[in-house]
Amino acid sequence: MKKQLFLGDEAIAQAAIDAGLSGVYSYPGTPSTEITEYIQNDSTAKERGIHSQWCCNEKTALETALGMSYAGKRTLSCMKHVGLNVAADAFMNIAMTGINGGMIIVSADDPSMHSSQNEQDNRVYGNFAMLPMFEPSNQQEAYDMVYEGYDLSEKLGYPVLLRITTRMAHSRAGVQTRDLQLQNTLHAEEDARQKYVLLPAIARKRYKVLIEKQQEFLEASENSKYNQFFPVTGNRQQGTGHRSPVAGSPRKLGIIACGIAFNYFRENYPDGFEHPVLKISQYPLPKKLLLQLTKSCEEILVLEDGYPVVEEQLKGYLGLGLKVRGRLDGTLSRDGELTPDKVRKALGLEPVSYYTVPEIVAMRPPALCVGCGHRDVFEALNDVLKEYPTAKVFSDIGCYTLGALPPFRAIDSCVDMGASITMARGAAEGGIFPSVAVIGDSTFTHSGMTGLLDCVNANANVVIIISDNETTGMTGGQDSAATGRIHEICKGIGVNPEHLHAIVPLKKNSEEMKELIRKEIEYPGVSVIVPCRECIQTHARKVKSKKQ
Amino acid sequence: MKTDIILAGVGGQGILSIAAVIGEAALEDGLFMKQTEVHGMSQRGGDVQSHLRISDQPIASDLIPLGTADIIISLEPMEALRYLPYLKKDGWVVTNSNPFKNISDYPESEQIMEVYNSLPNKIIINVEQIAKDLGALRSSNVILLGAASPHLPIDFFKLENGIRRIFGKKGKDVVETNLKALSAGVGHEN
Repeated sequence: MKKQLFLGDEAIAQAAIDAGLSGVYSYPGTPSTEITEYIQNDSTAKERGIHSQWCCNEKTALETALGMSYAGKRTLSCMKHVGLNVAADAFMNIAMTGINGGMIIVSADDPSMHSSQNEQDNRVYGNFAMLPMFEPSNQQEAYDMVYEGYDLSEKLGYPVLLRITTRMAHSRAGVQTRDLQLQNTLHAEEDARQKYVLLPAIARKRYKVLIEKQQEFLEASENSKYNQFFPVTGNRQQGTGHRSPVAGSPRKLGIIACGIAFNYFRENYPDGFEHPVLKISQYPLPKKLLLQLTKSCEEILVLEDGYPVVEEQLKGYLGLGLKVRGRLDGTLSRDGELTPDKVRKALGLEPVSYYTVPEIVAMRPPALCVGCGHRDVFEALNDVLKEYPTAKVFSDIGCYTLGALPPFRAIDSCVDMGASITMARGAAEGGIFPSVAVIGDSTFTHSGMTGLLDCVNANANVVIIISDNETTGMTGGQDSAATGRIHEICKGIGVNPEHLHAIVPLKKNSEEMKELIRKEIEYPGVSVIVPCRECIQTHARKVKSKKQ
Repeated sequence: MKTDIILAGVGGQGILSIAAVIGEAALEDGLFMKQTEVHGMSQRGGDVQSHLRISDQPIASDLIPLGTADIIISLEPMEALRYLPYLKKDGWVVTNSNPFKNISDYPESEQIMEVYNSLPNKIIINVEQIAKDLGALRSSNVILLGAASPHLPIDFFKLENGIRRIFGKKGKDVVETNLKALSAGVGHEN
């Protein structure tokens, strides 16, 4: 079959379908969103009735995936790296229960924070939960790992964490697909209670099982075709060439390259490797292969995108053993995405550049779309808050975070999903007045509703603005969990209907909106204002598809 | 044979369609290809870039190393300059001359031209003007691709086939308009 051009995300999605997937459960988050979207739009997935509706958040998603696995079916759960924080309770405890139908959990990490608030490396979570992990170096590997990963997951009885990065998720390459497999039939386990009822007596047993399983996970990784040792293949033997090895060191250098870092290494040696290399794409770390490398080398350079996870493991806290270089000793920068040039420098080769960025080139940050309803909200809010110089606006994760930038400069915080409402309450109780929260509809249903209940229970003096654009906008317009029902949800949570308002954020309603905000600031209790107007991008798309 | 291309512009201008057409054409040729991009709604109005690598040999890195890009294709004159460190010494810059000014500190056009004057190989064309003359306002990006086509390692008719496949879903008229746009972009060497 001809190779197809796939984004890393699409390769993962296609592989899951081909491997007999029955349900994907996810919440949108860059750069993981396209995996679930691909399955939602795929004709085979439709024919097979593969469940693919967006979930409220990553925790509900992963737990639903566990239920699907419990029934014996193959399942996938995808999230951005910070999404795994939300799902961490489920994740850590799925490592205790184990699974039935194959389960792959995709964590899409974002080194350099292209569109995230941190650059946490979720291989740490994999180690924390003591689960096997894959880290593909290219799109074909991503496909193969998922396609075969379901067999591995079922054989081991545990989920497999697939760790990708933005670069892998959002890069296209040719991928060879494989035969479509049958889906699993319904087959719940007979003594499933001994796995899934994590009462302390059972949990203690399950933890011992997980510990015992580590040997099997290690063997899988030591025999994995994705972990590969490459001897020196270049014409120049190391140390004898005209290029200097790492930072002028004459010692014999071995390289460990994890996932996509292997590509950057290879880019710098088109004619063969000057150093022995161990490529790592499956964890736990393959001990035998590591020993093979370290036996012949006096010094190891670890190339990995994200945290110095492998480097730390090899070095140990005191660093008294093996000489290991990488992100911890400054050979590579401690933060930021790897690039071929950063790796080049770490290898002692100088990057070449003929031109610099001219000084006149100005920053061009993204901005809220012209005509976006969030704009009207921020304009009204800014106008009113001029009258209250001590006001603070706690905001959240979404398009409206762009309200931090000029011309609005309207928000004082953006921390994690849902933190606007809860921070506003804490700040109000600490004496901040007016204490305002600005959150979007999808973020509200993801993690804002529980915070609102806290506010209601505490009768916190906050004004909560749920800027409702009826979609999950920032990730490209996915369905939002409670479109058309935000008002009812707030009422159900216990917001006093007299202080719960709907308004359409348009220029013509600007004065009315300001009046509402002003009035509710003066009310000493929980107020919720829901400015609601559809995202202009999803609106334009609907109009266009109607025309066609 | 290896060609490294940087595509640049402002979110929403359509650089990813250019990448898609080149990608389709490269695939038809049985070439290896890697294309990496930064995308998502949050990039709207912000700078966007894509690294596109084509080769008859397997490609290692998704990212183009500094100083090695054969060509920068940009839908915006200042945006092309942002990626100059990637350009090889005798590389080409093919850019739209029409600025997209959505920031307050956008440089003067004389300042931008001064930089272009110092570059050895460049094509600067007003794609919006050509698009207007052609009555194909939404095909500015394809006109730019036409302008860059002499410097791509792909036969012109294969780019045309790429357009047929990429725009095929949108109907015959859209395909015809874009084929015209591609041809209209050719021949603006300076």
